[in-house]
Amino acid sequence: MTGTVKIKDIAKVVRSKNAGPFELTFDIIFKDKETYEKVKHSGVITKGLIAKLYHIPLEKVLYFGEFDPANAIKATIVRPVDSGSIGETDTYGAQQHAPLLDIEIPW
Amino acid sequence: MRELRILSPVGMLGYGFPEESFQEGMRRSPDAIAVDAGSTDAGPHKLGAGVGIVSRWATKRDLTFMLKAGCERKIPVLVGSAGGSGAEVHLSWTLDIVKEIARENDLHFKMAVIHAEMDKDYLRRKLKEDKVKPLGPVPELTPKDIDDAIRIVAVMGVHPHMKALEKGADVIIAGRSNDPAMFAAPGINEGYAPGLALHMGKILECGAMASTPGTTSDCMMGYLRQDHFVVEPLNPMRKCTTTTVAAHTLYEKSSPLHIIGPEGIVDVTGCEFKQETERSVRVSGSKLIKPDSCWVKLEGASMVAYRTISIAGVRDPIMINQIDECESAVRDAVSRYFKDIPMEDYKLIFHIYGKNGVMGELEPQKEITSHEIGIILEVVAKDQALANTICAFARSTLMHYSYKGRIATAGNLAFPYAPSDIPTGPVYKFNIHHLVQVDDPCELFPIELVEI
Repeated sequence: MTGTVKIKDIAKVVRSKNAGPFELTFDIIFKDKETYEKVKHSGVITKGLIAKLYHIPLEKVLYFGEFDPANAIKATIVRPVDSGSIGETDTYGAQQHAPLLDIEIPW
Repeated sequence: MRELRILSPVGMLGYGFPEESFQEGMRRSPDAIAVDAGSTDAGPHKLGAGVGIVSRWATKRDLTFMLKAGCERKIPVLVGSAGGSGAEVHLSWTLDIVKEIARENDLHFKMAVIHAEMDKDYLRRKLKEDKVKPLGPVPELTPKDIDDAIRIVAVMGVHPHMKALEKGADVIIAGRSNDPAMFAAPGINEGYAPGLALHMGKILECGAMASTPGTTSDCMMGYLRQDHFVVEPLNPMRKCTTTTVAAHTLYEKSSPLHIIGPEGIVDVTGCEFKQETERSVRVSGSKLIKPDSCWVKLEGASMVAYRTISIAGVRDPIMINQIDECESAVRDAVSRYFKDIPMEDYKLIFHIYGKNGVMGELEPQKEITSHEIGIILEVVAKDQALANTICAFARSTLMHYSYKGRIATAGNLAFPYAPSDIPTGPVYKFNIHHLVQVDDPCELFPIELVEI
């Protein structure tokens, strides 16, 4: 191990989006199997990390898992407010991914 | 090789697509043209206010291409979630456009209109029978929610679309539909595997989004075959790769196991994505897990408040440094000034761009690093007059608040607009997001046949 890399430098897609009006889902997708496997086996990205990055309790992370066919890691959380309701800041949920970009992976 | 070809012109009816891509699609002899016209993405306002997501002009433009081509080739044209939210008001808005296009172009066809707005008494009965449950992190449905909802739609799956095709419809204009339904119905009707047909529908419903460079505003072709399907963008500048198609499979879904509709769950965890040609991808292994009972999704919107906003910028570094203090001072002044108005009648919200305007409480970065910030003062209140009144007071208070060390004494805010305060009208909420159990997947969706 020589150091670390940031997710934004090794991922092909890092995004957030509504999954229905009450949930927000994150996708981190890698270009090739090798990078994906390395990140997956680093054990850095977990349900706990998602909760920590977004300052939410663990039970608000509704799903966390890998999807091998897409070289993807996916997490889904409860939206802070339901889409378009009073207090909304991002109706489509498309700009909530930034905290994921700087996740550091041992490389 | 036996195959069924579905042309998806665009990811949202009215977003627009290049004519050349559409013509390229028609050269591939599609068996059907299908399009999704709706979404909950734009928030509850569209369902609540009964308005569309796109303009009438744009809807007419896109539909004209589709209806003319469908009539000329004698292939079905399927439109789902008509008008955006797919309630009665949205359906009639779309039907009016369809009739106008037919009249202007001398088109004649058999049209199936599929209704999706829910009868409140039916739902009250289902609630009493304990046949309603929450979908996702929402509370149990109450009779008050049903009373409060301005409109409720049920989300149809493939079955009503299939039934309309069986009745010989050339054109289907359907209310609220599960996004892949219109794309999957022709294939399932012809005996293709429902898991593959629905997965292909999930890719096609966003137009060319599952390609690179991806966009909803371009055409995609799907080829459904016995044990796989192939998707290909129709604009030569785009291509599908295994990553773009696999990635799109996850798009907007809670989990890879959650491509859910009334038909069941499409399990894509065992899928294989293979590069078929340089620009097309072959997908196999998607399986439909059929449920023991049929549950249909419901969406309802209620009106909760009225809103007024004021947009302004701040460039003064002394003020930017104390923006939190300025916010508290305005809040205090508002509650003092309006002390006779109950607190629950209004809410003052600061959106401070450059600080946490985008992420709100989820924002991990606490420090402001920008030389300027943007502020939207938002007031939601029980009526428009109160929202206007409180917004005006909060705006003038912030404009002239004397923060510590202030040397710019003329005013604190740069307003791009006059008037500075903008009433935006009613605010809605998705107050129903539940599942209702039905005996027949078509029972909530009456089909009407009309000769045009």
